[in-house]
Amino acid sequence: MAEVSLFNVSKAFGATQAVEDITMTIDDGAFVVLLGPTGAGKTTTLRLISGLEKLDSGSVHIAGRDVAQDTPAQRDVAMVFQQYSLYPHMTVRDNLAFPLRSPILKTPEDVISRKVQDIAEILQIPHKLDNKATALSGGEMQRVSIGRALVRDPQIYLMDEPLSSLDAKLRADLRVELKRIQSDLGSTLLYVTHDQIEAMTMATHIGVLEEGRLVQYGTPKEIYEDPKSVYVASRLGLPRINILPADLFPGTHKGVQIGLRPENILQADSGGDGIDATVLRSEHLGDQTRLHLDVRGHAITTLSDPHAQYAAKETIRITPQNPLYFDASGMRVA
Amino acid sequence: MAQIVIRNLKKEFGDFTAVRESSFTIEDGEFFMLLGPSGCGKTTTLRMIAGLELPTSGEIFLDGEEISQRPPSERDIAFVFQMFALYPHMNVRKNISYPLVSQGMPRVQVKAKVAEVAKILGIEDILDRPVGGLSGGDRQRVALGRAIVRQPKAFMMDEPLGALDAEFREHMAEELRALHDRMGATTVYVTHDQLEAMQMGDKIVVMNNAVVEQFGTPQEIYDKPATMFVASFIGSPCMNFVNFHGQLGTNATELEMLGSHFNVPQAREPFEGDMAFGVRPEHIKLSDSAPFRGEVLATEYLGTTQIVTLKTAGGEVKARIPSTQPAKPGESVGMTFDPKTITLFDRQSGRALKSELNEGVLHG
Repeated sequence: MAEVSLFNVSKAFGATQAVEDITMTIDDGAFVVLLGPTGAGKTTTLRLISGLEKLDSGSVHIAGRDVAQDTPAQRDVAMVFQQYSLYPHMTVRDNLAFPLRSPILKTPEDVISRKVQDIAEILQIPHKLDNKATALSGGEMQRVSIGRALVRDPQIYLMDEPLSSLDAKLRADLRVELKRIQSDLGSTLLYVTHDQIEAMTMATHIGVLEEGRLVQYGTPKEIYEDPKSVYVASRLGLPRINILPADLFPGTHKGVQIGLRPENILQADSGGDGIDATVLRSEHLGDQTRLHLDVRGHAITTLSDPHAQYAAKETIRITPQNPLYFDASGMRVA
Repeated sequence: MAQIVIRNLKKEFGDFTAVRESSFTIEDGEFFMLLGPSGCGKTTTLRMIAGLELPTSGEIFLDGEEISQRPPSERDIAFVFQMFALYPHMNVRKNISYPLVSQGMPRVQVKAKVAEVAKILGIEDILDRPVGGLSGGDRQRVALGRAIVRQPKAFMMDEPLGALDAEFREHMAEELRALHDRMGATTVYVTHDQLEAMQMGDKIVVMNNAVVEQFGTPQEIYDKPATMFVASFIGSPCMNFVNFHGQLGTNATELEMLGSHFNVPQAREPFEGDMAFGVRPEHIKLSDSAPFRGEVLATEYLGTTQIVTLKTAGGEVKARIPSTQPAKPGESVGMTFDPKTITLFDRQSGRALKSELNEGVLHG
């Protein structure tokens, strides 16, 4: 496994600037997640590292070496795509063994069969090893395609939304598994997703992308607690952070926009320094209740005790706690 | 507007039973969710209410009238599909007017109706645009508009948000629910997404393998699951099951599990055998001194909270604790459970044992 560095990497497709001047280092043994909506440049960044796309400018270094002239195979990366692509005429076992049988690696057969067995156990598919790849469900096929990357020991694993086609339960299981496998093997992994839960739970570092630019890079805790902009603050946290005009609340403010995560809006007793809010609707999600409030035409979402009952149009008092402040352009000021 | 009563509804396709003897009532004006994994019979149930499938047996009452054998056109129900189909050669206005025009409604009236619907949906400014160039959200709104404009007695929706990406889906879910609150029309909504069901529904029916497992309000189903299936289908992460062999006395308020004693809601039926101790992740607290121990396998950061996976003598357990509380993989920790929230299950049948907590909710 190796450290991978990007220096001022850019890539355009025609008039669209897909990736713009990205500089970042993926430490050896790190699990880095690139997070952003569709079109933010996540997949393109991944493909630039793997060599599937050519750089317009900048450079990519793997284990300290500029790989500009290397083919994807020479870069020794293992890639998992969103859409699984397995060899339909082969069994699961042969699909998993295939990368190890490549003439470059020349792995002995007994090592291959041991590795394949190990990976199959981890991915909970040992009983499917002798099935044809086409006789699997979608979820199983995706696990095989992840497995086909994991049997190898490349410089870096590159994964492009590998869990997005799986159902919720399996996705939750595999999140934990993938993180465990990565930390056990000490592998370097770059993972692309638009799913904030995946980013927060698995990453050692998150890179937040906005229209091709890397706008913040840090641990999940840093990104969640100390976002540099409204855009970054809105990437993590469910329900989403409330961005409001600061003067909605009394007192002095350090910026014109105030950012309040739902858990940072407290229900105050009547009086005090709270403001009145009208309950539009409460949603009972079981472990928590989401309250949709209206304050002078501004929609606010907050959380409440799961068993609290509210009448429609009821007025409650709320006070902010640990506010984040942003300037008019959305940049963090305090 | 309408009340819908489903009584002993059953559907067989050849040897395959898609829906087995289902009964439930959808009250007038409710946003009603049919929830379950794929193949559980939820869509078939919806299609029977709409008249797209005829039941093998059983009855469907719409405002007191038995309609189960009537053709769809005589039921006054509008259907919104997962893949919304619009007429591509017509503009938005024509798409929405179409159901009214085909009913022979006078032009002036059609115009007024379409204007009203467009206002409700906030699409007044796109009425004269062709549907081809619209965004996914606007297409969805137009499809809804076409359903709403007829003012049917009830709406049937089959995963209308299924094809949208997560962010937009959240937004549309709120919009749909707000629309329902304004119109108050009885709506039956099929989904496999438990969060969507909890978020939007007034009531939920949870189906599995052609059977209705539970029927109630979202909070009731979450707090008082009738079966292990429901307990594991609802919630993220779902309810934990600590497996053990034990016994429960009549009226017991305490039981022994894997060598430790726990308080539980007072039992309403005695039991002996293989049990599961059901506890939600947020009702577990980590405590150094507690005798029931587990080894931390993994932690997942979620901002204010974190999910800790623990290995116990009764299986893996996930706890939701504040992210400020330290937990390291490999560490041994003690656990306490909030006794008021515990549901015990008969592991053989998967059924919840009756207790003080759930006695009002469980049927039969």
